[in-house]
Parts: sequence; C-alpha cells; structure tokens
Amino acid sequence: MKYRFTKKQKRMLCRILSAAAVFAAGIVLGRIDGLNVWISRSFFLLSYLIVGYDVLWDALRGIVRGQVFDENFLMAVASLGAIVISDYPEAAAVMLFYQVGELFQSVAVGKSRHSIASLTAIRPDVANLLTDGCAEKVDPEDVPAGSLIAVNPGERVPLDGVIVEGETSLDTSALTGESLPVEAKAGDAIVSGSINLTGAVTVRTTKEFGESTVSRILELVEDSVSRKSQPEAFITKFAKIYTPAVCALALALFAVPPVVIRLCGGGWEFSEWLRRALTFLVISCPCALVLSIPMTFFGGIGCASHNGILVKGSNYLETLARAGAVVFDKTGTLTEGRFAVTDVTVCGPMEEGDVLKYAAFAEAVSTHPVAAAIRAAYGAAPGKDDVRDIKEIAGRGVEATVLDRRVTVGRDSSPDRAKVGVTVAVTVDGETVGYITASDRVKDDSKAALDALRGLGVSDSYMLTGDRGDSARLVAEKTGVGSVRAELLPSDKVGELEKIIAGSSSPVIYAGDGINDAPSLARADVGVAMGALGSDAAIEAADVVIMDDDIKKVPLAVRIARKTMRIAKENIIFALGVKAVCLILGALGVAGMWIAIFADVGVMVLAVLNAARALRI
Amino acid sequence: MKKTYPVEVDCANCASKMEDAVKGTPGVRDASLNFMTLKLKVEFEEGADERTVMEEALRRCRRVERDCSIEF
Repeated sequence: MKYRFTKKQKRMLCRILSAAAVFAAGIVLGRIDGLNVWISRSFFLLSYLIVGYDVLWDALRGIVRGQVFDENFLMAVASLGAIVISDYPEAAAVMLFYQVGELFQSVAVGKSRHSIASLTAIRPDVANLLTDGCAEKVDPEDVPAGSLIAVNPGERVPLDGVIVEGETSLDTSALTGESLPVEAKAGDAIVSGSINLTGAVTVRTTKEFGESTVSRILELVEDSVSRKSQPEAFITKFAKIYTPAVCALALALFAVPPVVIRLCGGGWEFSEWLRRALTFLVISCPCALVLSIPMTFFGGIGCASHNGILVKGSNYLETLARAGAVVFDKTGTLTEGRFAVTDVTVCGPMEEGDVLKYAAFAEAVSTHPVAAAIRAAYGAAPGKDDVRDIKEIAGRGVEATVLDRRVTVGRDSSPDRAKVGVTVAVTVDGETVGYITASDRVKDDSKAALDALRGLGVSDSYMLTGDRGDSARLVAEKTGVGSVRAELLPSDKVGELEKIIAGSSSPVIYAGDGINDAPSLARADVGVAMGALGSDAAIEAADVVIMDDDIKKVPLAVRIARKTMRIAKENIIFALGVKAVCLILGALGVAGMWIAIFADVGVMVLAVLNAARALRI
Repeated sequence: MKKTYPVEVDCANCASKMEDAVKGTPGVRDASLNFMTLKLKVEFEEGADERTVMEEALRRCRRVERDCSIEF
C-alpha cells in the first residue's frame, strides 16, 4: 500500500512552496544596490505571513487561554523577536523551516501509522445475520450470541462461533502470524478475525462481538500504549520540564550577559544576546522528543502482533528485553500437550502393525487420550462387524471381541516399562502380544527455542510440571532445560515460580498454556501465554500472548523487545545529544535560529525513521 | 459504557492535551487517546448521554488544539 498526502498536507506544501518563492525573491531584491531596503523586507514579511499566519493565530489564542510554552507560542515569540531586531530574513526562514519540519513529521507519522494500521486492520465491519433463511447485513455489535450467520468466501469472520454447515479453509495469519490456511468443517470452532478463503459456511455464534476474539485482540493492542515503559515515562516527564527550563535559560541569556559585559566596560549589545536567546526558544521545542520514543514502542508492539505475538504494554517489552531466566510449563508448552504412540514392543510372533490394529479396534469408542493416540497411530477405523462386545473397565482398560478374537488393552503397571508416558499391554485370546507406549511428544522446536534463548543471554531455564520426575527429566534432556521441578500440584507451581524469581537477579519469563497456570502467568515478571487463541483466562492473565503454540516465538518476542529497546535508547541519546550541542552552539552564538530549526527537524526525521525500524525484525 | 472514536490530530503533544481535555469533561469517567492509532477511548459515567458529552468534549478539545476532530 502506498502512502498518499492528505489534503491538509498538500495545502501545507503549497503554502511552503509559495512562501519559499517569495522568500527567494526577497533575497534577490535585497542584493540589488540602491533599492529601498523595505522592498525586500516586505517580501520577507509576506513570505513570513503566508507560511506562519496560523502559527501566530494559534499562539495568540494560546496566550488568551493561558497556554504558554506550546510550540506555536515559542515559534511566534522567536520569529517576532527576529523582526524586532530587524532580522526579517531570519524571521521568515524560522517560520519556513518550522513548517517544513511539521510537514515532515506529519508525513513520517502518517507513513508509520499506515504500516501499523495494516497490521491491526482485522476489525470486521459487517455480519450476515440469518433470520428465517434470509441474510441481512448488520453491524457485528448487534448480533446476539447463539445467532446464525453466513460467512462467504473472502469475508472476515465477524464473531466467534461453531460451523453448523459447510466446510472451508481459513486464513488466520492476521491472528497467529501463521500463513498456512486452516481447514474447518461443520462442528469446528471458528475464530473471529480470520478470513474465510474457499467455501461459504453457516456459523452459530457463541459470543457477542465485545467478547469475541477479534475485539479482545484489538482492545489489547489499542490499550497497550497506555502502559508506558520507563523510557517513555522519562521522556514525557523530561519534556514537561525541558521546555520551561530552556525558556528560562533563554531569558537568562538575554538578561545576564549584556549586563555583565556592560559592567566590565563593554557595550550593551542587546540585539546579539536577544538573537541567541531566541535561538534557545527554538531549541526548546519538545516535539521530536515526545514523538520518537512512543513511536518506537508502538512500532515494536506492531511488529510483534504482526508475528502473532500480542504484547499488552510497552513496559512488558522493556522487561522482556532485560529477562535473564525463563520458566516453562511442560505440558502443552515444551510438549505437544496430547498423547502420541512413541513405542510399540512386540512379544511373540505377531507383527507390530497387527498389535496396533487389535488395540486400535478394541479401543474404537474409548475417549481416553491413550486410546485416541493408538487409533491415530493405526489410522484406519474397523469395519461394521469387526468389533463386538466392548466393555470398558474404568481405570483398567478395555475388553472387546475383535475379528472374533478376545482382546484386552489394559494399563501395564510393571515399573521398568512404565518409565515415560503410559504403557498398555495388549492381549489376544489371553496371551500378551505386545506393549504400546504413548506419551506426550516434545515439540520439534523446543530445543531450538531454548538454544535461541540461551544465545540471547536468557541462560537460566526451568521446567515446572505435575508429572513424575523421570518422565519430566526425559523431556528436560531432549529440550536442554537447565533444571526441573516435577510432581507439582497446580497450586505448587506459583510457589516454585516465586522461589525462582526471588533467586534471580534479572526478570523472569514464565511461558505456559494458561490451562491450569493462570496464577503463574500473572505472578511472573513477564507471563507469556502460549496457544492462547480462544483461551480467555490465559489472555486475561498473561502480559504477552502468543496466539498459536509455536514455542520459537518466545525467543522471537525477546529479540523484538531487545531491538525496540535499543532503538528507543538510540533515539533518546541522539535527540538529547543534538539538543545539547545546539544549546551550547546557540549560547556561543555559533548556531543561528535556522540552524537550530534544522537540527530540530533533522533529529525528528531521523528519530522517526529509526523508530520505523522497530516495525521489522 | 465504553466507546471508541476515530480522531484527527497532528502532533503527539497536542494528542496528550486533547486526552486531558476529554478527561475533564463532565460525564466522562476516563479517557485515553492513542496517537499512533488515532483512537479515542472514552468511558462514560452512568446515565451520561453520549452525544451531549461528546459535543462538550470536542468543544474542549478545540480549545486546546484548534485543528482537531472527533468522529461521533
């Protein structure tokens, strides 16, 4: 998308160009010998008024309302002061450059706002409400939960719900950053904010608009700037004292040195010191400072949300950047969070595939997670008459007649085998034919994510889990987690986390899926909720929300935070440094008013461009 | 009641002045203006009439920053 000038900006550009032309004419006329000096002066005045009449007007209104120290006031005083000391070109130049700067700022801000807006443009405008089979276009806010809506291909899903008819694929990239489309059919949940790609579906809404994922996300991103980071708070406070302080200095510069020089036997030289004082007034404008830092953070937050990471405030970016330790929940964070068959041991003549087949058929209707894992591992469903007499024995297993043979699948309790996950013994006609082990698989990316975190200097890593020690340690080995706290009740996790926080000199990140660790998410210095799409408790408790369950986004979030902080610091040092240099040069009389303006505009443009870097990682 | 309105304002400093002006309007419990997204979020007091409150808020904003607008 290309950025276009607004009407206001175009009008300003016209004013600047015509004022510049008049200004140039004034300079040329000033060079002609013998011409009355007032002819060129009137050109400068005309140029001054063309480009600055609104500044003067606003300054006047400001004074009437007691609003001194705003930039209009400062610019008006500085330029009128130049006229008082008969420096007409300076007055016009100051106003001209000031307006050029304002225009630059407006375009730069507009541009970055544009790129951020495209990141958060997920608000659906319309819902097709179905009443008696007829679709009616309504505002999503007016659709009560439990209504039927139609979502056509190409449309954004306006409300959370469940598909009742049709199938399609959904583009959830605006929510999760994941570009692969997700398939959805009748019975599947559908999340607002995703885009319907292929087929028309009918959806029964489960939430009102205000409670739907899309509005929660928007609210989160839009509120994020209200939680300010230290650099932002610093610069806002600093700007509040900076302007009056520099104005006071300007007054002192005007009043003190001439008197001192006079006492030492020199001339009054008021106009020279007035000029320097006016330069100070120009330098005292705070806008470059006030603008660049929040913009950097907004860029960082925008960049994160583009990658499916929602950050609830700039202060969390700051903490994330300083973090030195990370605590992971095991299930669903380091591991997939669901069982899969990891091992089949055959004893006897039967083939591995057949062991799985008998077990899968016997478990055909069981809801136990291990049963689901076995069925998934075998892949095919039994025929209509293959399985009879299914008997489930709670806590023990299942018995059934499969292909006319009596099969049992039951928990194997012999300690040497039950090391990791859950092992079941399969018997056919009373004889044990094999053992199947199902466990929660470690995510493929867990190790890479932990290595990346270590590479970023987040060197201490911990894993908290309710699981038995040996299976927890195996996960730790596979992922490279530093230390493990196992066999914790959900309520113990917070206590354990608090101990880790107390022992750490730098902020601690806690990453969990929010299913039973919402208190830990809230307690940690930065709570990162994983796979939070649709989990309200996690979104509520966490400071950073990763929409899908991609663990690599934890180091990515740290990297984005680091980069944002670096840019913010650069901007602060750069802006303050240039201002300080200008103040010194201005006091010495080396830098004139328009150099000061150039410095101001230059700082601002560079700071804004630098801030725009935070948008990309 | 909470509502969000698009606003138009030119500089970051003016935006924070506008925010203060809206906060001081009778009938407004809290307000925040996000300069980057140009969104004004207003939390109204119980029983306040949105339209009259927002008209007054806009009038107050115009006083600190002539060149601004709120869409409501």
